[in-house]
Amino acid sequence: MDFTDQRTDAVLVSDSGAQTITMEPPPSEDQDRSRRRRRRPQSSAPTKVPWREALRRDRALYLMALLPVAFLVVFRYLPMAGNVIAFRKFRPGGSIFGEEWVGLRYIQMFIHDPTFWHVFWNTAILGGLTLVVCFPLPIVLALLLNEVRKKVFGRAIQSITYLPHFLSIVIVAGMLMQILSLQGTVNQIIGAFGGEAIPFLQRPEWFRTIYVGSEAWQTMGWGTILYLAALTTVDGSLYEAARIDGANRWRQTWHITLPGIRPTMITLLILNIGTFLNVGFEKVLLLYTPLTYSTADVISTYLYRVGLVSNNLSYAAAIGLFQALIGLAMVLSANFISRRVVGASLW
Amino acid sequence: MVTTNAIAPVDPAAGVPVGPRDSRGYRLFTGFNATALVLLCLIMLYPFITLLAQSFSSAGAIKAGQVNVWPVGFNIETYRAVMGDGAFWTSYGNTVLYTVVGTTIAMALTTMFAYVISKRHLRGRNTLIGIAVFTMFFSGGIVPNYVLISSLGMKNTMWSVVLPPALSVFNLLVMKSFFENLPRELEEAAQIDGLGWFGIFVRIVLPLSKAVLATMVLFYAVAYWNDWFSAFLYLDKNDLFPLSLFLRNLIAGASTTATDTAAAVGATKATISANIQAVTMVLAIIPILCVYPFVQRHFVSGVMLGSVKG
Repeated sequence: MDFTDQRTDAVLVSDSGAQTITMEPPPSEDQDRSRRRRRRPQSSAPTKVPWREALRRDRALYLMALLPVAFLVVFRYLPMAGNVIAFRKFRPGGSIFGEEWVGLRYIQMFIHDPTFWHVFWNTAILGGLTLVVCFPLPIVLALLLNEVRKKVFGRAIQSITYLPHFLSIVIVAGMLMQILSLQGTVNQIIGAFGGEAIPFLQRPEWFRTIYVGSEAWQTMGWGTILYLAALTTVDGSLYEAARIDGANRWRQTWHITLPGIRPTMITLLILNIGTFLNVGFEKVLLLYTPLTYSTADVISTYLYRVGLVSNNLSYAAAIGLFQALIGLAMVLSANFISRRVVGASLW
Repeated sequence: MVTTNAIAPVDPAAGVPVGPRDSRGYRLFTGFNATALVLLCLIMLYPFITLLAQSFSSAGAIKAGQVNVWPVGFNIETYRAVMGDGAFWTSYGNTVLYTVVGTTIAMALTTMFAYVISKRHLRGRNTLIGIAVFTMFFSGGIVPNYVLISSLGMKNTMWSVVLPPALSVFNLLVMKSFFENLPRELEEAAQIDGLGWFGIFVRIVLPLSKAVLATMVLFYAVAYWNDWFSAFLYLDKNDLFPLSLFLRNLIAGASTTATDTAAAVGATKATISANIQAVTMVLAIIPILCVYPFVQRHFVSGVMLGSVKG
C-alpha cells in the first residue's frame, strides 16, 4: 500500500491545488504539479533530479531530516519490529527481539483464551458507543455555533467548550470520582427525588455510560475546530442562490452546509474508525475496578495486566499486535469503502 | 496566503441582508439555540466549579454531601497543608522540568522535519512523509515500547518520559502545511543573498511562523504536563514522579504522601482526602488556565491554518 501518495496530506489538509512553494529549479516544480494530477507517480520519471545532484544541492535539508528520522526509527519502528516477540520466546533482560522462535504458540493461546474474547467484545462495544455518540456531537455543535450571530457570544462558548480537552486524564478521572461518589452531585440529585444513592463507579452496568459521557464532555468542543474551519470555506453565494430559490434555513443547512463539510466529516470518520479499538486505555485504567471488569476491561488494559503486571510479555505482545493489525485493517477498509461509496478518501 | 481571521464561527450569509426574511420559526430557533448553548457551557463548567468549591470546603462538609457550587465550611487550611508538602513541590518541579525539556526537544524535531518535508522539490520527500504518516496508523504497542525503553536503560530516568512522545505526526502535518503556505519569494530572496537552507530556516522561516510555533508549544507542553502513563510505567522512584502521577496516586489512595498530609491536618485519610485531592487538582490545572486565554487565539488559527488552504 502506498502511504507516500500526496493524498495523505488530507489528514489535515484539503488539497491546496497548485500553490507549491518549490524554490528551485523550476522544471522540477512543473513535474511536481503534473505528478499531483496522476494518482500514482512513476518513480522513474525522466526529468527527475539524480540522487547525486539532489544530495549535493539539498545536503542541508537531508541533514536536518536526519535526527527526526533517527527518532522515528528508534521510538516508532523499533517497537513495531519488537512485535516479533509475539512469535518468539522472550527473556527479560535479553534481546528486545526475543530468544527463539515459538511459531504461533502465543497467538493460539489468546485465541483460545475466553478472557481475551470477553475483553475483545467489551472493547468493540465501548469503541462503537464512543464512535456513535462522540462523532456526531461536534458536528451538531459546530452547526449550532455557526448560527450564532454575536461573535463575542460564539467565541466565549468556544473557549469554554475547548477547555476540557486540555485537562489531564487523571484530573478527569478525579472529577468523575467526586461527582459520581455517594456524596456527589449526581447522587444528591437522585436523593432529592427520593432515590437511593448509587455507587456508580462500582456498578458494571454504569461503566459504559460514564465512559462515553465523560468522553463526550472532553472531546465535543475541541472536535468543532476542524468543522468550523471547514464551514468558513463554504461559498456564501450558494446560500444566496438557495434563498432566491425559496429554501428555508433548515434546507440550506441540509443541502449546502452539510455537503460543504462532508470531506472533513469523512476524513475524521476514517481516522476515528482506525483508532476505534484503542479506546481510551488510560481512562479505563484509572476508572475501572475489579468490580467493573465485566464491562470495563478492554484489550489494552488486559494486555497491560497480562504483560506488564504478570510479566507474560510475549503473550501480551501477541494481543497487542492483533489489536494494531485490526486497527490498520479498519482504516484501510474504511478508506476503501469511502472512496468507493462517496468518492472521498485519505489517500 | 490563507486568511485566517475567522476565529469565531462565521455567519455563512454574512453580508446578505437577512433580517426581514427570517421566519418566525427561525427566530424561535435562534432563541432556543442560544439557550441550549448556554446550558451546554454550564454543563462543561460544572465539574470545574464544584472542584473549586470543594478545594475551599471542610472535609466534613464534603463527606456530608453539602458541597456543590459553593464552598461549605470555608477554609484555606487544605491549601496550606498541600503547599507545605515537600513531595508535592518535588513532583511539581519534575513536571515543569519534563515539560520544558520535552517541549524543547519536540519543537526542534518537529519544526526541522516539517520544514524539510514542506519542500516540494526535495527528492525522497514522499518517502519521508510516508515514514512519518505510517506511524499514525500502525504502532508498536505498549509491550514492545516497554521492552525497548528498559533495554535502552532509560527506566527511572527523565528520558523515558521525555523522549518517546517527542514527535507528534499530527503536529508535524499541521506545521508542514503552514510552511508550505509561506510566501516563497522571501525564501528566494534570501537564497539569492547567499543563505543556505538552514540559514533560511532559522532566520527567515521561523520568525514568520510565530503563531503556529506558539500553537505547537502549547500542544506539546499540555501533553507533557498532563502525561502520567509513561511516568507510571517507567518511573519507580517517588522523587522522579511528575505531578500527574502524584495526583493519580493520591486519587487511587496508593500514596503514602496522602496519608502524611492528612495526618498533618490532623484527620484520617478517608475523611480528608476529598479536599486534598481537590486542592491538588486545582493547583495542577491553574498553570494551564493561566496560559490558555493568551494562546487560545493562536491555537485556533494555527489549527485552521493546517486545515484550510487556498
